[in-house]
This record gives sequence, structure tokens and C-alpha cells, in this order.
Amino acid sequence: MNGPHDLGGQMGHGPVTPEADEPWFHAEWEKKALALTLTMGATGSWNIDTSRHARECLSPLIYLGTSYYEIWLRALVNLMISNGLVEQDELTAGHALIAGKTVKRVLKADGVAAALAKGSPCDRPCESTPLFKAGDIIRCSNDSVVTHTRMPSYVRNATGVVIENHGAFVYPDSNAHGGGESPIWCYAVRFQATDLWGKTADPHSEVMVDLFEPYLEKNLA
Amino acid sequence: MAGASHNHSHGPDGPWSDMELRVKALETVLTEKGYIDPAALSVVIDTYENRIGPKNGAAVVAKAWSDPGYLARLREDATSAIAELGFSGRQGEHMRIVENTGDRHNLVVCTLCSCYPWSVLGLPPVWYKSAPYRAKAVRDPRGVLADFGVSLPTSTTIRIWDSTAELRYLVIPRRPEGTEEWDENALAKLVTRDSMIGTGLARLPGSMT
Repeated sequence: MNGPHDLGGQMGHGPVTPEADEPWFHAEWEKKALALTLTMGATGSWNIDTSRHARECLSPLIYLGTSYYEIWLRALVNLMISNGLVEQDELTAGHALIAGKTVKRVLKADGVAAALAKGSPCDRPCESTPLFKAGDIIRCSNDSVVTHTRMPSYVRNATGVVIENHGAFVYPDSNAHGGGESPIWCYAVRFQATDLWGKTADPHSEVMVDLFEPYLEKNLA
Repeated sequence: MAGASHNHSHGPDGPWSDMELRVKALETVLTEKGYIDPAALSVVIDTYENRIGPKNGAAVVAKAWSDPGYLARLREDATSAIAELGFSGRQGEHMRIVENTGDRHNLVVCTLCSCYPWSVLGLPPVWYKSAPYRAKAVRDPRGVLADFGVSLPTSTTIRIWDSTAELRYLVIPRRPEGTEEWDENALAKLVTRDSMIGTGLARLPGSMT
């Protein structure tokens, strides 16, 4: 979707401002925002693509005006409410008012280390033959997708060259919306900066983007 | 937006205030409903506050500089080679290394969210998740480097890696000259977090005191 998250190439955001000796967290609540997001994710009530989509569906004013941990928290609350796991009046009251639903699993303290060390690999077998190979010239789709996608808008309709087939992975555009994992090939595609930004590009730069096969078509020009 | 006046809505879509109270309430509700184990939260926080950080990645880089066999394994299968050192898991499931050379400098960004190789660098800094970095890195990489006080020859190609899928990238910075006799432990101290993202270079030997 053309959401506030799709920031590549936008102007007017000002310089990057690194913070010297930056702490891991800037407030106690940020620690809990991280831990609540991870532990609620571990309940299996949604997947990582669903949660990314929940973040990009926040209003642009909120998305661009708040800290990243607040973005996470707001998306988490929206996901829990839309999945019927909590009610808004419970959050207002600060206590459960009705019994919880059954979730697939509850992450216990003694299971955290193993769960984090295992992660969630998302490479999958794929039965289709890859449509592209290294060296192929491709053009990206020009579609303004209204749902979740991992093709950034700055490569829309752009021409690039396939550098490598990374293998098949869960397809986020499907998985974010309950359409199943639908594994598909994912390619490293290289774009010359001048093909993305024209005359204002740095002529000695190039952008590598990991793109799923349905985003691409053979460039017949 | 945070810290705005109190002349605003407190509904779910308006500005949020009192974050500590709000998050405490959320934790209470989720605990009472049986979805979370509060003790698990503490373990998650301890993991990312104390156990996983850029020292993991620095060990990988120092070994890559010192051990040609290890570098070859990193090129072939970075996920497995990094796991040899005990670093694996969440947001490091599918790793790739990208090597800086005299002709090419690599810079990693996630324009769409905040994808970052947690298993080797820990949690991302605020600037990495911020709109200025995500907007600027793919279009004006030299401007970004200047924001970090880094200047490269105009002839150096800058290759920007936008982490749009589940691959996670670790930059192997150039090994500073004058470190030929250094062992891995000493080399690791030259490897900064930013040098493994591409917004910095490895420290020079003379900078170590």
C-alpha cells in the first residue's frame, strides 16, 4: 500500500541525527513495548507480515509523528482488538473484564532463550520453476497495490538486473492477509541510481532490493 | 506529537500520553487474560539489553579479517558461518555478508520498516528506524555518510541494500592498514556498529588508547 511507511527517496525529512552513546532504550515503557510485541507475537495469533501491515496502516500523522516503539504498541493494540483478544474498555480500565481467549501458545520465561535462538525461518520449498535467473533484465510492476507488499514504490516500473535468486520464501503479500504462505522465489535485483532518480541521482551509486517474483516481469524493451 | 498539550483526544487514534501508565495497564490486562507470562518479558528485555549486541557482529568481522577459511564460509552461507560463533535466531535467520573494498562501499537500510540483523547487531538505534535515514539512504547515500562525518572518494561506488524481504545484511568493513599483526580480540575492538551498517568505517589503530 502507498502508506506512510514507504519512505525510500522521500525528501524534507532532514538530516540523520545519530545519538552518541545511545542507550538500548530511552524509557522503561520501551522495554515493555519490545517484550509485549514479541511475547504476543509468540501466541501465534498473527504472523510477522500481518504485524508489519498493522504498523503501516496507522495514520500518516501518527506514523511519522511518534517513536518506533509507539508505532509497535499502537499496531499491537489494533491487532489484539481486531482479533478479539482484548476490548478497548479493558485497556481503559487497566484490567481484564472478560476471560481471555485460548491462544495457540503462551511463551514462558524458561522458553524465551530457545525461542529467540530459533527465530522464525521463512524459507520454504517451492515447486514452481524460477522465472528469472542472474543477469536477466527485469521491470518492476507499476501497480499501486492497496494491500501489504514489500516492493517499495521507488522501484515501481523501474528497470533492473537480477543478481541472484535467494531461494523461495513466504510471500508477504499473501501471508499478511490470511492467504497462506504461498512460497515464491525472491531475487536480489540491482538498480542503477540514475534509473531510479534520474538527473539528481548520485551517478556512482546503485540500489539492491530483494523482490518477490510476482513483482517482476521480463523487460522486453 | 508526544508531549503535546492536553487539549487533545485520548482515544485510540489520537495522541498518546502517560506511556508508562498505558503500557503498565496493557501488561496487566494481557497477564490477567492469560496471554503472557510477565517473567518472560524480563527475560526478553535482559536478552536484548545485556546479551545480544554489536560485539557479536564485531567478532564475526574480526574472524573474517583473520581467517580466510571463515571468510569463505561466510560468503558461501553466512547464516551457518555466523552460527558457528553462537549467534543465530530472531532477525538473523537468513544472513548475508557484503564486503567493502577499495572500489565499493556498502550501506544497509530498511526503507519499509526497521529490518536489521538483530542476532549480530542487537536492536537497531533510533536513527536507523527514523524517517530521515529510511528516506535518504537510497537516494542520497553520500549525504547520509556526511551526516555521520564520513566522506568517500567520488569514484567509490556506493551500493545500498534495502532489506525489503527476510534477508539480513552484515557489512564487512575494510580492515585498517597497520593491523597485520593484530589478533581477533584486538581487531574486534576496531569494529563499530556503524561500520557494520555502512554508515561508518572501522576505527584506525591509532584511535585505540
